[in-house]
Amino acid sequence: MHETFLLLTGWLPEPVQTVSWIMMKIVAILAPLMLCVAYFTFAERKIIGYIQTRVGPNRVGPRGWLQPIADSVKLMFKEIVVPSRSNRYLFLFAPILSLAPALAAWAVVPFSDTLVLANIDAGLLYVLALTSMGVYGVILAGWASNSKYAFLGAMRSAAQIVAYEIAMGFALVGVLMVAGSLNLHQIVTGQSGGFWQWYWLPLLPLLVVYFISGVAETNRAPFDVAEGESEIVAGFHVEYSGMGFAVFFLAEYANMILIAALTVLMFFGGWLPPLDVAPFTWLPGVFWFGAKTALVAFLFLWLRATFPRYRYDQIMRLGWKVLIPVTLVWIAVIGLGKFYTPLGFIFS
Amino acid sequence: MTFLQLVFYVFSAILVFAAAMVVTVRNPVKSALYLVLAFFSAACIWLILQAEFLAIVLVLVYVGAVMVLFLFVVMMLDIDLARLRAGFTRYLPVGGLVAALMALEIVLALYTGFGQGPSPEAVMAGAEYSNTKALGAVLYTDYVYAFEIAALILLVSIVAAIVLTMRKRPDHKYVNPGQQVTVRREDRLKIIKMKSEKPSSTESST
Amino acid sequence: MALNFRQLYKTFTLQELRKGMGVTGRQLLRKKTTIMYPEEKTPKSPRFRGLHALRRYPNGEERCIACKLCEAVCPALAITIDSEERDDGTRRTTRYDIDLFKCIYCGFCEEACPVDSIVMTDIHEFHMEENGERMVDKQHLLEIGDKYEAEIAAARKQDSPYR
Repeated sequence: MHETFLLLTGWLPEPVQTVSWIMMKIVAILAPLMLCVAYFTFAERKIIGYIQTRVGPNRVGPRGWLQPIADSVKLMFKEIVVPSRSNRYLFLFAPILSLAPALAAWAVVPFSDTLVLANIDAGLLYVLALTSMGVYGVILAGWASNSKYAFLGAMRSAAQIVAYEIAMGFALVGVLMVAGSLNLHQIVTGQSGGFWQWYWLPLLPLLVVYFISGVAETNRAPFDVAEGESEIVAGFHVEYSGMGFAVFFLAEYANMILIAALTVLMFFGGWLPPLDVAPFTWLPGVFWFGAKTALVAFLFLWLRATFPRYRYDQIMRLGWKVLIPVTLVWIAVIGLGKFYTPLGFIFS
Repeated sequence: MTFLQLVFYVFSAILVFAAAMVVTVRNPVKSALYLVLAFFSAACIWLILQAEFLAIVLVLVYVGAVMVLFLFVVMMLDIDLARLRAGFTRYLPVGGLVAALMALEIVLALYTGFGQGPSPEAVMAGAEYSNTKALGAVLYTDYVYAFEIAALILLVSIVAAIVLTMRKRPDHKYVNPGQQVTVRREDRLKIIKMKSEKPSSTESST
Repeated sequence: MALNFRQLYKTFTLQELRKGMGVTGRQLLRKKTTIMYPEEKTPKSPRFRGLHALRRYPNGEERCIACKLCEAVCPALAITIDSEERDDGTRRTTRYDIDLFKCIYCGFCEEACPVDSIVMTDIHEFHMEENGERMVDKQHLLEIGDKYEAEIAAARKQDSPYR
């Protein structure tokens, strides 16, 4: 495919050619991703509706399937209101800043054995670095809005994200200790051999910690105090309307899908089939990756429909006093298991 | 000019611009944001040098954590811009002097032999060469003591920061959630068996 | 505090989280009870208090005798009545206005009415688009009464044993 592309654009100068080839790959990842995000919002409304014994949206299109399109069209045509005495440029820049890292992190996600935009060595660190940048959008939105509710939401979100990032990073330290690599591709191939070879079993505590921190990082229920509607209206995005709000919305859902995809890559064997025998191996890796990601993403919605919102000081307590010690203990266990041969069977 | 050179100049221009803005912009929040931009561009330049581990750690630690806490504090300040401007001319001589001294020192250092020795030729590493692995190997062998001491100092500073800011609040009605969830019915509630007391018939008739 | 092993086991196996998710998980698979509103509707009681109407006797004479009991009892002061003697010597209203925005649909007017003239129908799907449409006059109320007389009478008959 690359050869065909080079042949077609041979008349262009080399930098233009390189950039446009990369652009094409980016579009090939982002377009399906955006579609997924749109339908994830629909899935959320449907699933939470079903859990509350409702049926969810079912009016726009057959069984409601055109609902996300109707929503996005509505948001596109709404007026963007910039509050008075707000910082205009930062106010408009903040949503972009919150969406960009969520999308950029997909550059290193391997969708299958061969399908990856950039197979870089420090892939895990890259993902961590980018997810940690998502907080800027929230903080700037809160500050630039010139509104106390938005500001309170931003403060809460910043403290929460900084706290949970540590637990998240530690959980990933465990993964890289077992895999012996920071490269996402190698982490997945290290799990080959079927369901019981995936890292979820030996790293079960870390999986739980990672998933909980992921929920907290994306500001989702039950950790959504940053937008607690009963206390601070909608938190950092109170003042946003139209596309500004839509972009925040997109970022939140893109982040959720990203966390789900990373959980799958690191604990559930990425694109590997659950059993290494004939009927499972016929299906392409992308299918398995997508199916597993969808299952983990479903867990996000299930959690939201089940648990009430945490109190703020309890969120902080959970992050600092429960999750971080758990990860530290398990990292020590992994160290022992890996380098003290009698225990080596655990992480073989 | 190759594509890589072009990219390098773009990032360098952004870096220099952002660094200049950090010190010239009046609003401290914007200043902090320009610092973030500067860090980010520096990380990109490191990436071009194939120092991916350093680049990503710079973003992870400085952009992702340190600057967030910075912003956290700076955003809560209520800054009077007029008063800031009023002091500018007064502090200009002192500031200028310091800046001139620093420039002089740098020039002196450069002219008196810093970096005069033959700098080793940069080697393009192969595709299988892992920057992260090499750094880790050096850190945990040659520099293990320095590394551990640095870790210890950081730990001490964390403990110190917590000790300095911790205060006892006897009036604070803090509930320990850990104890809260372990409470069982038997701890709080006692069910007593007793005979039912029937009111006498004369009493009930009144 | 002594170590409570059962509690520790519960904590570390996340038992309560799993229990909660089990509850919601079962709800997910339950049959949904939603009523698809415009196509399906829930049954309405004969005592339903919806839009107002003025009734007539079967011979076409309007029931209202302008006693103004409804105007007096109305807690929201939504009813305004003017009356005059008609040519045949009976007292009738010349004006009977209800402000639908003031009305709280309590049904006191219907209870107060000695001749069953003002009634509350079971119409609840109505809306206003123009300013001023909230004021319903006598003409309009009589029209509603004429149009839905059969339903109104049926509902009254159904409820009569309990009145």
